[in-house]
Amino acid sequence: MSRLSELEYLGLPPMKRHLYDIGQFFVRLPGNILNFLKKIPLGIWKCICAVGKFFAEIGHIFADGDWKTKLSFIIMGFGQFFRHQIGRGILFLLMEGLFVWFMAAMGGGYLYGLKDLGTQATIKTLNAYGLEVVEYKDNSLKILLYGVLTIFIIVGFIITWVINIRQNYTAQKLIEKGIRPKSFKNDIKSLADEQYYKTLLAVPLLGITVFTILPIFFMILIAFTNYDYSHLPPDKLFGWVGWDNFQTILATDASGSDKFAYTFREILIWTLIWALVATFSNYFLGMFVAICINRKGIRFKKVFRTVLVMTIAVPQFVSLLLVSKMFADEGIVNNILMQLGWIADKIPFWTTQDMARIMVLVVNLWVGIPYLMLIATGVLMNIPADLYESAKIDGASGIKQFTKITLPYMLFVTGPYLLTSFTANINNFNVIYLLTAGAPKTMEYQGGAGGTDLLITWLYTLTITNNDYKIAAVIGILVFIVVAVISLIVYNVSPAMKNEEDFQ
Amino acid sequence: MSKKYTSKSGKERTVRAIIYIFLTLLCVIWLIPFIYLIFQAFRGESTSMVTYIIPKEWSFKNFVFLTEKTNFWSWYLNTFIIALFNAVLQTVIVLCVAYALSRMRFKGRKLLMNLMLVLGMFPGFLSMIATYFILKLFGLTSENSVPGLILVYAASSGMGYYIAKGFFDTIPKSLDEAARIDGASRARVFFRIIMPMAKPIIIYTIMMAFIAPWGDFMYASLITFGHEEAYNVAVGLYKWLDKEHISNYFTVFCAGGLLVSLPITALFMSLQKYYVEGVTGGAVKG
Repeated sequence: MSRLSELEYLGLPPMKRHLYDIGQFFVRLPGNILNFLKKIPLGIWKCICAVGKFFAEIGHIFADGDWKTKLSFIIMGFGQFFRHQIGRGILFLLMEGLFVWFMAAMGGGYLYGLKDLGTQATIKTLNAYGLEVVEYKDNSLKILLYGVLTIFIIVGFIITWVINIRQNYTAQKLIEKGIRPKSFKNDIKSLADEQYYKTLLAVPLLGITVFTILPIFFMILIAFTNYDYSHLPPDKLFGWVGWDNFQTILATDASGSDKFAYTFREILIWTLIWALVATFSNYFLGMFVAICINRKGIRFKKVFRTVLVMTIAVPQFVSLLLVSKMFADEGIVNNILMQLGWIADKIPFWTTQDMARIMVLVVNLWVGIPYLMLIATGVLMNIPADLYESAKIDGASGIKQFTKITLPYMLFVTGPYLLTSFTANINNFNVIYLLTAGAPKTMEYQGGAGGTDLLITWLYTLTITNNDYKIAAVIGILVFIVVAVISLIVYNVSPAMKNEEDFQ
Repeated sequence: MSKKYTSKSGKERTVRAIIYIFLTLLCVIWLIPFIYLIFQAFRGESTSMVTYIIPKEWSFKNFVFLTEKTNFWSWYLNTFIIALFNAVLQTVIVLCVAYALSRMRFKGRKLLMNLMLVLGMFPGFLSMIATYFILKLFGLTSENSVPGLILVYAASSGMGYYIAKGFFDTIPKSLDEAARIDGASRARVFFRIIMPMAKPIIIYTIMMAFIAPWGDFMYASLITFGHEEAYNVAVGLYKWLDKEHISNYFTVFCAGGLLVSLPITALFMSLQKYYVEGVTGGAVKG
């Protein structure tokens, strides 16, 4: 498809313009991917530049600031007291006081503990009756957790400190120009207006920091320790081991006695196959069902739709657990089939690897088709009807209409959804765990993994059943890398996700 | 009905017949598990799995058993409380984040959005162990896991702002600007203009936040670990289907599952319209 000039493009009727856009997207696809790859080094360079700029700014403020600003580098809030901003000054001073107190009383010790995560786990002594008494001393887990907390508090303090000196500098410049800086009262007021976003985001971001960022940081550190079933606090200590765990998982020599690398590779491949097949089978079959239901002249549309939507409504742990039992060896499906005389022996739905893999994909259709049916219905309604009419006049068959209009339109509009559902399928815990819990287990795999285990369910088994936290942490990080790389590529290539302002 | 369609060509009629057969078949397949669930829940004879579908003796035995011999209703209450609090907290948080990111332009906004996108790519379970110990620090695990679970669900819900933001993005900005020229603060615009217009998305968010805790197994199983009375329904019922329990508890599981599914399904079906709006809107806008 050749590129049109701006004028020609605007001259097109709206629906042709749309089709042209869709065509152009696919034409530009390879170029976009290339552009994305070029962006990576540029991004890294930008990061370095930003850090450099930051230090230059701090230096500039120190050089250019008056004595009040300079003193604020050490005593936070000092400048504010002399610039009609007493409220702010008190807040900053209070924060600095709290921080210094925390660091002196606890934080320093916590940070020091991070060095080796404890030296002695327990002291065993005999009491007066000759019985052994265990006194718990160092708990590596607590030491690590408190250490991470301290690091977060320090980072938070540094950010506050930078805000403090920046504000000082701004206020100084304002006074030099003869403008009175904002009072504390104005600050409070602006929290409901220009700075309303601060009010809105404060609590959510605190929640995310404490319950998402901090735990992730903690687990990343766990990946560099030997925290597992033989090093469980409080009885035992664990310590730093560097990149050992990554070597275990990513070892190229898969024949070794340790089969973690082999297991990881097999499960990663199955996870990707699962995500790909599950996403696209749901997508196309769901679309097909939607087209059937929405076909002109078909009645009882609402009935069909409601029945399908039931699967979304019923909690998955009820429906999926039940389905898994229905297909069990002694389950109802095998029994009925045998009573009907269709089969002589029980079909091992969950007990052989290939069969179990096919079954989870099939049952996943049962779960996924209704979602896609709903989404596809919404999109199909939005396709301009005149597109189909003109296609009909031109003599396009039903199949041609589908491949030339419906499919490109769907793909274009639901591109972002395809990506999110692909990554969601990589982390699809419920379907796999409730149906098979990873079974059938095989001796070929290490770490309690089974034939249908995805990385995420293996992660669950490793932590809950095997207490092999170090390996679980490594796998979690690798899952992140896989998801992030796929998302980054698609995100940078797909047009619909970039221009958020377009929708306004 | 034949009169209406006589003018149609024969080919069209066969296509329609095939579609009807296909869709009916589909519906039957989709309904079988639910019918099976109901039949098993009311089966009076034998509590294990049997080789036939239709029970020989209909009774409420399993429901009586649930009430008298198990902790089912305390699990139910736990889950209900969690769901209720989660519905309120999560909705407030999601709306706040969505409004701030959709309507206001501030330094670090893009960075924040990218950060949340990246955080969302970490498998949720990865953070569970540390979360568990943080909660333990506050004493919010095992017997106190109801507030603990509420905290966990609500705390990270800020990252699920996409659908609500997509909706806010479609409300014309000129409305805000007009109000602001008239002297309304951002807070006032949020409560007086955007909120009333966002009813569908508010209902959608409340509904999803209420339903999600009923099906959560992963988080609940870890945080309530080892304390049976603190389980939620998913963790409690899951135990009944393992090898030791299944022969005594299979029909009881079905009864419990039915009691959980009925209100949730009823709620979902009555608010289906909002769900469809949210899902299709979210899928199309990303």
